[in-house]
Amino acid sequence: MAQVKVNINGAPYQAEVEPRLLLVHFIREVAGLTGTHVGCDSTSCGACTVLVDGVPSKSCTLLAVQVDGGDLQTVEGLERDGQLHPVQEGFWEEHGLQCGFCTPGMMMTAVALLERNSNPSDDEVRRAISGNLCRCTGYVNIVKAIQYAGAKMRGEPVTGAAESAA
Amino acid sequence: MAVAVQGMGHSVKRKEDPRFLRGKGNYVDDLKLPGMLYMDILRSPYAHANIKGIDASRALAMPGVLAVVTGKDLDAAGLAWMPTLMSDKQMVLPVDRVVYQAQEVAAVIATERYIAADAITQIDVDYEPLTPVVDPIRALDPSSPLVRPDRENKTNHIWHWEAGDKEATDRLFEQAAVVAKEDIYIPRIHVCSIETCGCVASFDRINGKLTIWMTTQAPHAIRTVFSLVSGIPEHKIRVISPDIGGGFGGKVPVYPGYVIATVASLQTGRPVKWIEDRSENLQADSFARDYHITAELAADADGTMKALRVKTVADHGAFDAAANPSKFPAGLFSICTGSYDMQAAHVEVDGVYTNKPPGGVAYRCSFRVTEAVHAVERMVDSLALKLEMDPAELRLKNFIPPEKFPYKSATGWEYDSGNYPAALHKAMERIGYQDLRREQAEKRARGELMGIGISTFTEIVGAGPSHTFDILGIKMFDSCEIRIHPTGSAIVRIGVQTQGQGHETTFAQIAAEELGLPVANITVEHGDTDTAPYGLGTYASRSTPTAGAATAIAARKIREKGKLLAAHLLEASPDDVEWVDHQFQVKGDPSRAKTMADIAFAAYTNHPQGMEAGLEAVDYYDPPNLTFPFGAYICVVDIDRGTGEVKIRRFLAVDDCGNIINPMIVEGQIHGGLTMGMAPALLEEITYDEAGNIRQGTFMDYLLPTAMETPAWETDKTCTPSPHHPFGAKGVGESATVGAPPAIANAVVDALSHLGVTHMDIPIKPWMVYKVLEEHGLAQP
Repeated sequence: MAQVKVNINGAPYQAEVEPRLLLVHFIREVAGLTGTHVGCDSTSCGACTVLVDGVPSKSCTLLAVQVDGGDLQTVEGLERDGQLHPVQEGFWEEHGLQCGFCTPGMMMTAVALLERNSNPSDDEVRRAISGNLCRCTGYVNIVKAIQYAGAKMRGEPVTGAAESAA
Repeated sequence: MAVAVQGMGHSVKRKEDPRFLRGKGNYVDDLKLPGMLYMDILRSPYAHANIKGIDASRALAMPGVLAVVTGKDLDAAGLAWMPTLMSDKQMVLPVDRVVYQAQEVAAVIATERYIAADAITQIDVDYEPLTPVVDPIRALDPSSPLVRPDRENKTNHIWHWEAGDKEATDRLFEQAAVVAKEDIYIPRIHVCSIETCGCVASFDRINGKLTIWMTTQAPHAIRTVFSLVSGIPEHKIRVISPDIGGGFGGKVPVYPGYVIATVASLQTGRPVKWIEDRSENLQADSFARDYHITAELAADADGTMKALRVKTVADHGAFDAAANPSKFPAGLFSICTGSYDMQAAHVEVDGVYTNKPPGGVAYRCSFRVTEAVHAVERMVDSLALKLEMDPAELRLKNFIPPEKFPYKSATGWEYDSGNYPAALHKAMERIGYQDLRREQAEKRARGELMGIGISTFTEIVGAGPSHTFDILGIKMFDSCEIRIHPTGSAIVRIGVQTQGQGHETTFAQIAAEELGLPVANITVEHGDTDTAPYGLGTYASRSTPTAGAATAIAARKIREKGKLLAAHLLEASPDDVEWVDHQFQVKGDPSRAKTMADIAFAAYTNHPQGMEAGLEAVDYYDPPNLTFPFGAYICVVDIDRGTGEVKIRRFLAVDDCGNIINPMIVEGQIHGGLTMGMAPALLEEITYDEAGNIRQGTFMDYLLPTAMETPAWETDKTCTPSPHHPFGAKGVGESATVGAPPAIANAVVDALSHLGVTHMDIPIKPWMVYKVLEEHGLAQP
């Protein structure tokens, strides 16, 4: 067994785990944060994407022991003080999700993209999310959602496809 | 208008999104119950083999392993086999032989997920390999090994099915001036929803109740089947579909894992979780397509289509576990005359067993409609080449004219409504069809390759009318129950099951429109058989045509009672009260009006003496006909002469699904459908080697489209309401998956047609195109 100590969304987690425990299972089963999903077993789909020290990482292909001492961010950490993160808002406003299963991983990749490029072109967004598979949306609205978030983060006015609630 | 209801036609922000956006969705694998056990499954490395023995002693000796379940254990309980939806039976676990690679062989029940995974490697199975049956055509040879010796008929032929008029068709072919003929293979593919399949089965020994959280698109039908097979009374079974991470047809069948986990929970009295991994999902769960088609289209010299003749060998794998309505072993494949007015057609399909996993479920399409549409849309282009006619002109010449609806097709369907020329004209105008043809001619002269492909498809969705459609005898109605609360909010419960379609929003909009209540005040629930009314579930684009209709009708029943309450409150005769702008008012006097909220309050606080209190209604809707959405798609491709790569430059989809509930959601469905149409056209296929080994068993080889391959889809619409649906809607979730593949294939063939190419099987891969270019000296090294 090995000792793993990490911060997830700013909160400390510590556990004795098998050295072979996958990070995604640490997050889901040990930390109980089930927003991070498992969609494949070959590092292809990206449903398990989290940020490890700010870098989007597929947590199904990392061992928990590899990130000992690390700073992790998952979908549960995006909302702050009851305010959705601009990426979450963009996905809602632009209908960037349908079944919702790939969405957390997709959003974490988007957050990392916008950290380094707040005004990405269509091509830049598509390249950034090319390691995240979505079977429902055909990606068009995901691209719009991420650009919506970029505009919001740049302080520009934004309007989405959806009507605001009555 | 009294209140902002946000009913029909509004792009309402989805009500289900707040939980998904926060990582608070409730998918099956998120569930953790006290004392829960984990199951893992050992699968066969062979496509065909006898099992001489299974020794689980090493696995059973491992700490944390509670049980190893084998076919012999299930056989003792009469559960080694289970019925399929198509009057066949399927092994849950094999007793003495396996019939496809990755078939379930034994299951381990353990205290931890990792221990279960370890333990399956410690089970020793003594296999005696047998010759596998891989090719469905050779399977029909009498000398072929038998896939299913358990059956009375000692043949790999399962059934023969046909539709249309053979004699009239053959006669028209004899007289025809022109006949186009192609062999078209539509390969085996897999839906690969990003969430795999799984369940948590939990049997409570104290009250005798079995609860199963399951990745299913049809929870009610599952409950009935589980009750009939297990003998557990139906009120003691509760099936819950929580949030489902995509379905597309792959979550309609009952997979062995569900049954084994349930048996394990019954035996241990503890919850048992089974979640398959991606390789298991891709290698063993039901497949789509796998149709070997020979199609012929006969026409006059001027291009007037006369008749269609189609013969098909359908590879169903080792069990006929397709998910079609009972009377339709080849689904709705007889829709293959498409959008064209022809005198006769004859369609034959022969189902065949092979040593492959069960096939014949949908891949985001209504029961074999994609196969039908691909066949006819490819044949129209093949005929156009023969006639040296523009494929758009040939289509416009042969469309069923708008004035001929309702239209009785040569294979017996009654199309409810359509305006095909309007959709194609709109698409041609918007994309600049004539300019593209000019550009193509100029490029060809320079040796550059571009192609323009058209698909003008007709779908058939919304199964279905009870006189024809049932699943295992259960009629394919669907349902809605609405209860309005005293303060003017409501709960809507439906028999269908969302997997991303947005039912919590769109069904609230239907109810809002019909009841005049704000969409924000309406909760939609589904997927729990203890609370939702009985329905057949969501697949085949049936939710809006069936349960959507039930929602409108249930709401109208409430309005009937509401009118009496309004008359009481307004001190008017019910005959003088009418429903205008989402409220009741006295005819000719808008100042005397009552909202549904007023009515709801009165139903509980001030109803007239002699009237029953409360305000609720249920409807079980039996559709009078199916609905026939349609569309005109145009695809423009450029071909890289250095690599053979097909690049989609533009793709315009003009869809007509009748009246639209939520335009934003419809557009999203079309984007997704187009992507799942492009996938089998250019990327996805499942093939097997001669030993029956799957060649695309993980996402490393089975290529789902990423954002890089997927183009920026363009969409537009026409609107031809369904005349028989309560609010004129048709269903749209699968139109694009059905319509897109032939548009892409036609575009590639169009780019190469001057080289003599009349057909290419999908998926069209770069090497296939490059080979053609090489043969004609056009390849760039």
